Amino acid sequence: MKAKQAEEIIGFLLLRLCMAVIVVILCVIFYDSITKGIGSVSWEFLTAMPKNGMTEGGIFPAITGTFLVTVITAVLAIPLGMGCAIYLNEYAADTMVTRLIRLSIRNLSGVPSIVYGLFGVVLFVQFMRFGTCLLSAGCTLGLMTLPWTITASEEALKNVPKAYREGALALGATKWQSIRTNVLPYAVPGMLTGTILGLARAAGETAPILFTGAAFFMPFLPESLFSQFMALPYHLYIMSTQHHAITKVRPLAYGTALVLIVLVFAMNFSAVVIRYHLRKVKKE
Amino acid sequence: MKSVKIIKISAGNFSFWYGAMKALSGISMDIYENAVTGIIGPSGCGKSTFLRSINRMNDLIRGSRADGAMLLDGKNIFEPDVDVVELRRRVGMVFQRSNPFPKTIFDNVAYGLRVNGIKDRNYIAAKVEKSLKDAALWGEVKDRLRQNAFELSGGQQQRLCIARALAVEPEVLLMDEPASALDPTATLKVEELIHELKKKYAIIIVTHNMQQAARISDYTAFFMMGELVEYDQTTKIFTNPSKKITEEYITGRFG
Repeated sequence: MKAKQAEEIIGFLLLRLCMAVIVVILCVIFYDSITKGIGSVSWEFLTAMPKNGMTEGGIFPAITGTFLVTVITAVLAIPLGMGCAIYLNEYAADTMVTRLIRLSIRNLSGVPSIVYGLFGVVLFVQFMRFGTCLLSAGCTLGLMTLPWTITASEEALKNVPKAYREGALALGATKWQSIRTNVLPYAVPGMLTGTILGLARAAGETAPILFTGAAFFMPFLPESLFSQFMALPYHLYIMSTQHHAITKVRPLAYGTALVLIVLVFAMNFSAVVIRYHLRKVKKE
Repeated sequence: MKSVKIIKISAGNFSFWYGAMKALSGISMDIYENAVTGIIGPSGCGKSTFLRSINRMNDLIRGSRADGAMLLDGKNIFEPDVDVVELRRRVGMVFQRSNPFPKTIFDNVAYGLRVNGIKDRNYIAAKVEKSLKDAALWGEVKDRLRQNAFELSGGQQQRLCIARALAVEPEVLLMDEPASALDPTATLKVEELIHELKKKYAIIIVTHNMQQAARISDYTAFFMMGELVEYDQTTKIFTNPSKKITEEYITGRFG
């Protein structure tokens, strides 16, 4: 009896330790970014153009660029990903081919982002002749996000009980009617949550936009889909490793990191809010 | 028992496979209008498969295959020109575990009407009220039609599912152990309801409960290992079955 209790206590302690380690790491990162970055963040920092070879001024074009490229990513990844998930989960027969496709999609989500970046150069920049621009970068990030969107959406669809589909069909609904009115409404919160998490990850990526559209320094906003743009993660990379006056711009780099973290955090938080809200609406 | 018996459904040498497994072999039986036909038999005997063949719900299972005839008003429902969606509207189904949708009580009943293209709000409202009345649920829910169906009790949920099935004006009602998850009071209510509903529909009910079959059905079919062992008027099956194995089953010697 004593041994059993001891085992229980040790087991619990180990699990708590795991959690504590993760929380501590997270807190250290947050603490470091906030204490070192908060000094540079001001209204001007957020809304002004970079000046004097990026040693002064703000990061407005980088914020705008990241926002715009994320919008393009979403436009590409949300409809395609959801459509693909609906097909895979609701229509495709469970054959070897389907399983192979599903396995490939799972694997794609583990492909290093630099590989997507190079693929984007070949496909969008060169073959489709978009050039290095917002559109190419957005499409590349969209491709990278797709496996996440598809997988999350499929999981959300799987969680809708079979009885909802059968019940609708038994009343004379067509397959698409049953999906549209009795499956999708209950899967959308989960689909959106997964998608936004994927988008947040995309917003923080550097490698895929490195060769496809991000500009080193551009003291104006992109004019069209075919303009180059500045982006927060790439800007951060430049400021912390490539800048000619690294020590001088270090506070700016920390400020950029803080803004990026807050942005990603806000996106993840909005995923939670959307899910909570949609669930509440459904219960009425 | 009615003097004139109209055949609503007729299975002719009907067999059904799930992949390589034969679930039903050579079933032939007539099912009558305005009567309750009970199907009894041990687990895995094919009674649910038979039921789910009548609205072709088993089509959803990959690798399933039907052979022989299943006639609804003289027309084989497995012929290629049959519209499965229309068939399922004509042949309503109530499932073993009540499966209300996570919508309001009103929207649950209106669902079948809406997917069948009915838009007239007044018609829908009237039909919802009538269906709930027919399912003996109106009195309990009329003041809370906008509440979520999940807030109803188990028995109420099952009657809601019956109301939902009635709303699309089916001709046949299939019930797969509709009371197996209900308490005795709720079961009694559902049974009374079935007795009322047979005035308008042909009802086929699968049940594990022998007493229930004896109480509510006019005809009883005994299935075993995918075959129809005996099919006759309920009184005959329960008092003087012609096969020994039927007698053994209904007296509880196995199953």
